[in-house]
Amino acid sequence: MLTLLFDGIAYGMLLFVLSLGLAVTMGLMNFINLAHGAFAMAGGYIVVLLMQKAGWPFLACLPAAFVLTALLGALLERLLYRHMYGKPHLDQVLFSIGLVFMAVAAVDWGIGSEQKYVQLPEYFRQRFEFGSGALTLGMGSYRLFVVIVCVLLALVLQALLARTRFGARLRAAVDDPRVAAGLGIPVDRVFMLTFAVGSGLAGLGGALGADLLGLEPNFPLKYMVYFLIVCAVGGTSSITGPLVAALVLGIADVFGKYYVPKLGSFIVYSLMIAILLWRPQGLFVRQGSR
Amino acid sequence: MRASLLADSRWRPWEVVAWVVLWALPVALPSHAALINEIAILALFALSLDLILGYAGIVSLGHAAFFGLGAYGAGLFAKHVMPDPLVGLAVAMAASAVLGLVTSPMIVRGSDLTRLMVTMGVALVLYELANKFDTLTGGADGLQGVVMGSLLGVFEFDLGARVASVYSMAVLFVAFIVLRRVVHSPFGSSLQALRDNRLRLSAIGLSVNGRLAAVYTLSAALAGAAGALLTQTTGFASLDAFDFHRSADVMLALVIGGAGWLWGGLAGALAFKVLHDLIASLTVQYWTFWIGFFLVVLMLVGREKLLRPWTWWKRQP
Repeated sequence: MLTLLFDGIAYGMLLFVLSLGLAVTMGLMNFINLAHGAFAMAGGYIVVLLMQKAGWPFLACLPAAFVLTALLGALLERLLYRHMYGKPHLDQVLFSIGLVFMAVAAVDWGIGSEQKYVQLPEYFRQRFEFGSGALTLGMGSYRLFVVIVCVLLALVLQALLARTRFGARLRAAVDDPRVAAGLGIPVDRVFMLTFAVGSGLAGLGGALGADLLGLEPNFPLKYMVYFLIVCAVGGTSSITGPLVAALVLGIADVFGKYYVPKLGSFIVYSLMIAILLWRPQGLFVRQGSR
Repeated sequence: MRASLLADSRWRPWEVVAWVVLWALPVALPSHAALINEIAILALFALSLDLILGYAGIVSLGHAAFFGLGAYGAGLFAKHVMPDPLVGLAVAMAASAVLGLVTSPMIVRGSDLTRLMVTMGVALVLYELANKFDTLTGGADGLQGVVMGSLLGVFEFDLGARVASVYSMAVLFVAFIVLRRVVHSPFGSSLQALRDNRLRLSAIGLSVNGRLAAVYTLSAALAGAAGALLTQTTGFASLDAFDFHRSADVMLALVIGGAGWLWGGLAGALAFKVLHDLIASLTVQYWTFWIGFFLVVLMLVGREKLLRPWTWWKRQP
């Protein structure tokens, strides 16, 4: 019981980190980016390739995954995404679906369609047991590590957005790009940095989740729905919204698949539809915003 | 005055010519009947999406829900009740229309993102249901053993798909004529007004929600017809009918042809299938890469330019 809850929380925290970049581009920059999962996949494959081909230790691969996907994100933002900011949502959807198709086929061609595995180091394969009976709490040390990293990330990001000069600039640039530019804020560069950090987070999430979620070329299509659910349900105007949504989704999914495996993801999808019918803008909406 | 108002809805000469050519296709190219059948089905599906996307402005990534329901509906009806194709078509359309009516309140509220998620969610839920209730639907193996009766009691469906291609073409033709009446009626005009400015439409006293529900139901029925045609002409229904890529493909076809006019669905389906066949003959496994590449480039230069070659080298204002 408690073990399931813990697994659900670990899964939810992972989804949170994976979706956070999407929540930022969608909520703050008003861009529907279905290709977000492609960055997560890039992060996962970077870890696998670095470990297998270059023999790097697992912990060193994680920052590398973050940095490399962030660079990739910045590059794509400069080359492609920037031109799509003002376009209608339909165009953005089709554009990013196109990117997903390209990424899936490219990975299939370059690396192969079989599932890749991450060799976790020995100290991440241990398991702790507490309590007994119905209240047994079993924690894999890797899941514990994932939860800790994700909580730290959430705290750092919240502080970054709310306390720093960059956060203030970003919020200003989002509320009104023209006035922000008039005040001397380099809106272009703020957006590029934000996009890069968002992609980097997706890459880090993909790297962390390669072991839990499974890594294969279809990854972006398979998990796209989950990222979108987190953003749509959580609302995209704050960090707390996606956090709560990701936790609810993770726990509901783990419990659903454990107790009624016959229904699979049915529960999660129905839950999403119900929540969106109840609150079309998501659970947590900043009042009075546009 | 009346004549000038009706000028838009009159049949142009080139439209008549185009339909004559389309009707000549299954007769002239019997060896490609299977491909023509597929194109006609995709065109009907794209028409139904055009109705809600191009005319009413609803972005849907889950139109496969109605397609799949039509496909399974027609298959199950033929298997368990009666094998007549026309009755099966009507039943499948009715089932999809009911689903459209029931789900239409979901697309009335919220932003583009919410609609995107809800439509996709409905398709995913149906996919899971079709997968899990495998005693009824055959699950991942698909619905097998669908034997269709002969069309009108005269024409048997043959292996070369010649009857199938004419049948699908006829359904497409009827749907096109009906939709042409619909979009040029006052109802059709009010849909376009709704797409452009919802607030003003309700300000002149027309019901926004009622119109959305009506058009969504009609579109769902047509998508169901397309799904039913697929099952009836291939004798098989699979989970693939509910899959996400089907919703994405039809949207892509519609965008290639141009949303917001009825010929867009037809032209897009034709272009999409021909493009698909061409690329797949070059690289079977990686054709999605080039489809994706095409989409990205098309969106970067602007999709409205594809059908207007004379604007390609003009600078944007």
